[in-house]
This record gives sequence, C-alpha cells and structure tokens, in this order.
Amino acid sequence: MAEEKKYMTLSMGPQHPATHGVLRVILELDGEVVHKAIPVIGHLHRGVEKLGEARTYLQNIVFSDRLDYTSAMNNNLAYCLTVEKLCGVEVPDRAKVIRVIMAELSRIAAHLIWLATHALDIGAMTLYFYCFREREEILDMFEMTSGQRLTPSYIRIGGLMNDLPEGFLERLKKFVDNFDAHVDEYETLLTKNPIWIARTKGVGYISAEDAINWGITGPVLRGSGVKFDFRKATPYSGYENFEFDIPTGTHGDCYDRYLVRLEELRQSNRILKQAIKMLPSGPVNADVPQLVFPEKEKVLNNIESLIMQFKLASGGFTVPKGEVYASVENAKGEFGYYIVSDGSSNPYRMRIKSSCFINLSALPFIVKGSMVADVVAVIGSIDIVLGEIDR
Amino acid sequence: MNSKEIFETIKSDCKSLITEAFMGIDIPTFVVEPDSLLEFMKYIKKMPQLSFDLIADITAVDYPNRAKRFELVYHIFSIKNAVRIRVKTKVEDGGSVESVTSIWRGAEWLEREVFDMFGVTFKNHPDLRRILMNEDYKYHPLKKEFPLQGYEES
Amino acid sequence: MGIESHLGIITTSLDKIVNWGRKNSLWPMTFGLACCALEMMVAASARHDISRFGAEVFRGSPRQADLLIVPGTLTKKMLPYVLRLYNQMPEPKWVIAYGACACSGGIFNTYNVVQGVDKVIPVDVYVAGCPPKPEALLRAIVMLRKKIEKETLKDRV
Repeated sequence: MAEEKKYMTLSMGPQHPATHGVLRVILELDGEVVHKAIPVIGHLHRGVEKLGEARTYLQNIVFSDRLDYTSAMNNNLAYCLTVEKLCGVEVPDRAKVIRVIMAELSRIAAHLIWLATHALDIGAMTLYFYCFREREEILDMFEMTSGQRLTPSYIRIGGLMNDLPEGFLERLKKFVDNFDAHVDEYETLLTKNPIWIARTKGVGYISAEDAINWGITGPVLRGSGVKFDFRKATPYSGYENFEFDIPTGTHGDCYDRYLVRLEELRQSNRILKQAIKMLPSGPVNADVPQLVFPEKEKVLNNIESLIMQFKLASGGFTVPKGEVYASVENAKGEFGYYIVSDGSSNPYRMRIKSSCFINLSALPFIVKGSMVADVVAVIGSIDIVLGEIDR
Repeated sequence: MNSKEIFETIKSDCKSLITEAFMGIDIPTFVVEPDSLLEFMKYIKKMPQLSFDLIADITAVDYPNRAKRFELVYHIFSIKNAVRIRVKTKVEDGGSVESVTSIWRGAEWLEREVFDMFGVTFKNHPDLRRILMNEDYKYHPLKKEFPLQGYEES
Repeated sequence: MGIESHLGIITTSLDKIVNWGRKNSLWPMTFGLACCALEMMVAASARHDISRFGAEVFRGSPRQADLLIVPGTLTKKMLPYVLRLYNQMPEPKWVIAYGACACSGGIFNTYNVVQGVDKVIPVDVYVAGCPPKPEALLRAIVMLRKKIEKETLKDRV
C-alpha cells in the first residue's frame, strides 16, 4: 500500500547568515534531501523602476549604483551606455579606457565579496579577511575618484564625473602588480583543499543546454561549458581593443564555477595592466553641452556656464523619443537597461534587466534531490545580490 | 548572420504573423498579434540559422491612452549570431497572452513579474502568482495611475 | 537617610559593573538588508576591527544577540520579520539605524518602503550616510557605549 510521503517544510528565512541578503527559501525536506525549494523574493523591492519614471535621467544614475551594490560602477556603465545610445552620443577614447578600468575594478571587487562570503558559508573563515583586505584597496581608489566608496556614481552620461585624480594611476599600478600573488594565495587555501572539494565538487550541477534554456548568463553559464561573454560577443566601451581569455568550466558544478571566477580575477587584472599602458590623453567628456555639465572652472568664472549647469541640474535634459536596450557583462551576468523615452526629461519606462533574477529562478531546478547543506553552497555559487533581484 | 540579414530573413518568412517590422536603434523589432506570438517565438528559436535561444527580458510598457494599453516587450538573444531581437505585442487591460515558458524556461519568473506589476495574465504558465509584492496585494504598481507612494492602506 | 545612602552607593556601583559588562560585549545579529550591510561587513574585517569593542561575534540567532544593527532599506514585505526578530531578542537590547534608508527611508520614497525603521522599533543611535563609512559605525558603537554607561538597573531589568 503506498503511503503518502510527508515532507518537512523548513523556511530558510529572510534573516540568515548564508542567504546573502533578504532571500527566503521554503524547503520541503524528506529527511536531509530536498524535495522542493521555493525561493520567495521581494523583501528588498524598493520600486526603483517606478521611481525612475519620476526622476530625471541624471538622478537615475544614483539608483543604478544601488542595484548590484557589490560592483557599482558596472551598473553606472550600463545605464550611461543605454542613455548615450538613445541620444547618439559617442564618448572620447580616454573616457572609454577609464570606464573599462572602473568596470574591471568593480568586477574584481564583486568577485572578492563572492569568494569571501561563499567560503564563509562553507566554513572557511580566513579567506574573508584576506579578500576584504584587497577590496579595501579598491574602495580607497573609488573614494579618490568621486568621494564615495561603495556607490561612486562616477560614470556619467557623456563621459565621467571628472578626470582621474592625481596619484590614482600610481595606486592602481601598485594594486595591479601585487594582485596576481594574492589570487595565488587564495588558490593555495582552497583549490586542492579536500573539504572544499567535498563540499563543491559534483554539487549543484546544471548542464549547458539547461543553463541556456533557463536564460542563465555570467560565470554560471561559463561554468557549464558555454564559452560566452558579452564583452567579446557584443563589445562596448572599447573592449574590442583589449586581449583577454574567457575561462570556461567543464562539469557545471560549484567547483567549476569557483575555478571560473578565480580565473576571471586574473583576466581582469590582465585587462587592467593593458588599460594602464594604453590610456590616451584628452578630454573625458563628450562635447555635447546639452547633456554634459560644463567644467568646474568655467562654472565658477563664467555666467553662461553657471546658467547651463543650473538648467541641467535642476530641470534635466531632454532626450529624443525612442526606445533602446543596452547591456554590459556584470560580475554576475548580463545587466541591462531598457529605456523608453517620450521626449521629456524623465524616462517613460525604465526597465532593469537583472541576471541574478533569472539565475536564481533556476535554483529549484538545480537543488532538487540534493542535501540541505548543498543548498547553501549552490546559493553561494550562483552569486546573488538581492538589490539587483528585487530592485 | 548579422542583424540586418536576420531582419530580412524573419520579415520574409513570417509575413503572415507580423503586423509591423522595423530596425530599431540597431536591433530588429517585430510587432505581432497576441494569437501568433507563440508560433513566432517557436520559429525564431527552432530555425537553425536564427537560434534565438537565450531569453534576456520580458517586460511591459503602459500606454493608458491606447485601447490596448499594455505593450509586452520580449528581448531574446542568439548566442550563435550574437544578435538581439525585440518582439512586441499589444494587450488590453485585464487581457492575457500565451506563456512562452514552454519555449524558454527562464521566462517563468519574468512573466510572473509582468503579472505582478501590470496585471497581464499568461495562459498555461506553470505557477502564475505574485513574485515581488505580497501574494494578497490588491494593486499592480507599475500601472501609470498607481501613485509613487502607493495607497495608505496597502 | 543613612541606610538609603548606603544602598545608593551599592546600586550605583552595581550599575557601573553591569553597564561595564554590557557595553564591552555587544553582540550584534547578522542582519543585512541592503548595501549598507557591505559596509557593516567591512567594519567587522581586519582594517576597521569591530572586535576591539567585543562585537566580532555576529550571532545568527536573535536569542543570543543584544545589538540589532539595521543596515539598509526596510520594506513593507520585510516588516513582520523585523518585528518578530526584535521581539525574539531578550532584554537588554539596543538598535542602531545604520544608513539613510534605515533612518528615514533614504532616497526611496515609494510604495513598498517604510520611511525609517524607527516607525516600528525604538532606535538608540542613528547613523547618516549612503552608505556611511565603517568608521561611522564604529563611532556609533562608541556613542552607544556612552549611552549604556548612563543607564541604571531600573531602566532595564
């Protein structure tokens, strides 16, 4: 006689050390084995898309920082690329290279947080302190550019907020020279560690076809063997001039995703070294007075520039009618903006495409049949940020 | 195939399904009727030269002055050709459209979000319920008449 | 009178000892809502060492914690959970509202955001910033310690 199986419902609630923010996962367990996992999101839904319709294009840059707050400048870049595409504006070469520098530094910062928290969840606490030590240096550099550590809003529509400050390049050179040795340090701690291998090898498997079917992008897709990166496939901001490899995994499990992200750290460092060498001189803002603030010295000395700045800052600038979609390769995957403009100074519709949202939707599919402890490893290896998922 | 070639191929193959076709700012855009949506989506995924296999985004835009006020916008990406395509369809208030989860599983949560924010329902969706707001929330926040600060009692 | 003044000395000395114990071992709870949580984690790391205040043990369970740092935006969906966590914490407990969103809703004045965590739970120290630097969190802890020094046993059983 078949008995109906009774499952235990466990709420891995919104407050939990391992959920990387306010994620709730309702687990239906058969002993230790997961029968069903239902993620519940929306605990950080701040209404950024609706707020975007009520703010000018310039004010919306600030919201873009706070979405994927681990790598803020990548989000700035996505938003600014979208609006620039809509306005038909091309930024100067110096601005393109500096944007690449900032995007890669943000990618390194985001991967360092991923490594620190993923290792902390699984139990390796030492790495937390090592990774945050490097991240502090990156945040200090961000603070030099715009005064803000975590949410710089340094990349603006038409270029940048201002040119690189003095001393930035020396600090960057020092960071870049030391960073490869640090990544080797992390590898000696984890890669051949039997506990790490037991917790991550074979755990959280997803095949390449399933990953594409679920719309997954980023290191999760690459860990399953698909050699695809938006920086190479649809290059933006001058990425076609840089040489870098796309690391790919073979087994599609947590261990391969870990190896992919470690190698991405090295590749980002490689891009930074090239960027320092090829940084051209010149202006950092496009010559479009309707979009870009005038230079500070002119504003303080010249009445026309003062009026221009006042008009741009208070009323906002108008953007031609149309719709556009543009995306960047964020540390987590494809991060894009879809903006519909009706010709006024506020967007008519500002839609944010978040890769973590789609990556997380595959979680029930990935963890079905694994153990409870593996759910923690899988959430860490998918690498989610609730700010981006909930907007 | 680049985006221009893809645009011409789809335009000639699917003449019966498409109502409008134009090249947006470098991305082919097609407007289809809600009834032909599923067939059109199956075609662009299954055709070997096109192979639009990565669902990027599903969203909606609210034009309250139109009779069919919601314009559903699908962005799909082809890994093979590195080209993106935009497909639009128009739906009236309270209307419903076929779900594309049978073609791309990644559409599941994206369609749930459109339902949550706009109130558009999807036929044959495996699990259509609210995703960002509470399940018993009465309103659909991204509709244009919903105020930014919301209503007091919600 | 004579006996009461002796009792006065005993109770104030007892206050001092108890407050010294409490302020030197504030145990926060792992409660990260949004971006400010990252700066809170940085405060716990090696450069801005929070463990010099006795606070490096971030407890996962509210029953073992006595400090609730609220970093990040509080939304209406998250509200019942915050209330439940606050009620599960045993006395004595203190709350630091860290960041502009926790103090007053921040830049998000929308339909799903509670405009300040002090609308639902009593807050002891407010830290402004978006996000505030980790040094600001350490200053908030120093201010909280000064506040705890002035408490008497009558305030908190």
